[in-house]
Amino acid sequence: MDQRSRLLEAALFAAPRPLALDELSVLDPEATDADWLGAVQELREHYDNEGHGVELVEIAGGYQVLTRQAFAEAIERAAFAARPVRLSTAALEVLAIIAYRQPTGRAEIEEIRGVSSAGVLRLLQERGLIEVTGRSEGLGRPLLYATTPQFLEYLGLGDLADLPRSDELSIALTPPPAAGD
Amino acid sequence: MTALPGATAPAPADAGFVVSLDRYSGPLDLLLHLIRREEIDIWDIPIARIADQFLAVIHVLGLDEAAEYLEMAARLLRIKAQMLLPRRGDEEPWEDPRHELVRRLLEYQQVREIADWLDAAARSRAARFARGFVPPAPDTPPLPPEFSIEELLQAVEHVLAMMPDPIIHRVVARPLDVEGATARILALLGEREAFSWRDLLGPAPSVVDVLSSLVAVLELARRGLLSLRQTRPFTPVVIDRGPAFATA
Repeated sequence: MDQRSRLLEAALFAAPRPLALDELSVLDPEATDADWLGAVQELREHYDNEGHGVELVEIAGGYQVLTRQAFAEAIERAAFAARPVRLSTAALEVLAIIAYRQPTGRAEIEEIRGVSSAGVLRLLQERGLIEVTGRSEGLGRPLLYATTPQFLEYLGLGDLADLPRSDELSIALTPPPAAGD
Repeated sequence: MTALPGATAPAPADAGFVVSLDRYSGPLDLLLHLIRREEIDIWDIPIARIADQFLAVIHVLGLDEAAEYLEMAARLLRIKAQMLLPRRGDEEPWEDPRHELVRRLLEYQQVREIADWLDAAARSRAARFARGFVPPAPDTPPLPPEFSIEELLQAVEHVLAMMPDPIIHRVVARPLDVEGATARILALLGEREAFSWRDLLGPAPSVVDVLSSLVAVLELARRGLLSLRQTRPFTPVVIDRGPAFATA
């Protein structure tokens, strides 16, 4: 590995969160974004090909070194680290609606789910996965919710474009089959 | 009405609302579950059958007290009734009463699919650990200032000088009432044959002292215990023992 890839490795090791490309540029003003992308590529391949217990992932608009999934159980059993608490089905439903329709209000979420969602919204807000981004112009000026960077970190996504597109889902909102039934 | 999904749930009486919430995240979820279990074509839902099963399940699970499930039950029954209405001629376009329900079911199913995807992504992320979080060190406090013992003592004196004298208790003079003024006048008359109005009041009389003394003097004068004299207008008033004083 060249010097820049080793500097990248050291920075990712030291940082407590994913580092974005523009943050990396502070490390070495001489290096361009392309240089850093090259270093990211080299470090990623180094981890993947040389038999490492960690991997370089693109997460929440930055880069982070994470342990490999294969070792999760052993690490957790030894209580060196713990997985975050899983979200309930209701919370995941609300998160799904907000992720695709943001910014959106409570009324729209409840209309789709057919069930009251105030408690779930509060829980997601407390966990920092969603935030209030404003108020709708509609009646009563209801609060509008959107996902946060922590949402991407929680799911291990680079950005919102990593969510499945509607045509990748098995149930897309297609019109009913032609008449005849 | 056989093999309800609720049959595997705890006894109906114990199937509390909260427990049941974990089974289905809402009436649409329950409806989708029934449709999938019965392998029904979502575009041609046998609404009478599904409505009956829906009612039976929410009853068994104790969900028939939850407004959202009741609302869906009512909606299903209304659609069922609309389906029974005779259709007018084939030339008239027929609005399927199930259409809105199907649209909502599909929309909800899509949300469910995304929710499952999110769950899988979150589980995959949760199984990969980042480095343990090390909180940044707190800012070091500023060093204590350097000074000599003289400066310190000076500072202490300065602080002490600024402190007001402690007030332990403040005695508030009780205003002289008529009774007190009367007693004071009689005592003075006992010592001296005559004294002036100013002597009676003392150096700094309050308004109440003046008024009480005035009333007492007039009262004692009326009773003949003292007499008042003034040589000229606006000269000091002199108080003498009255004719009745010796006998008092």
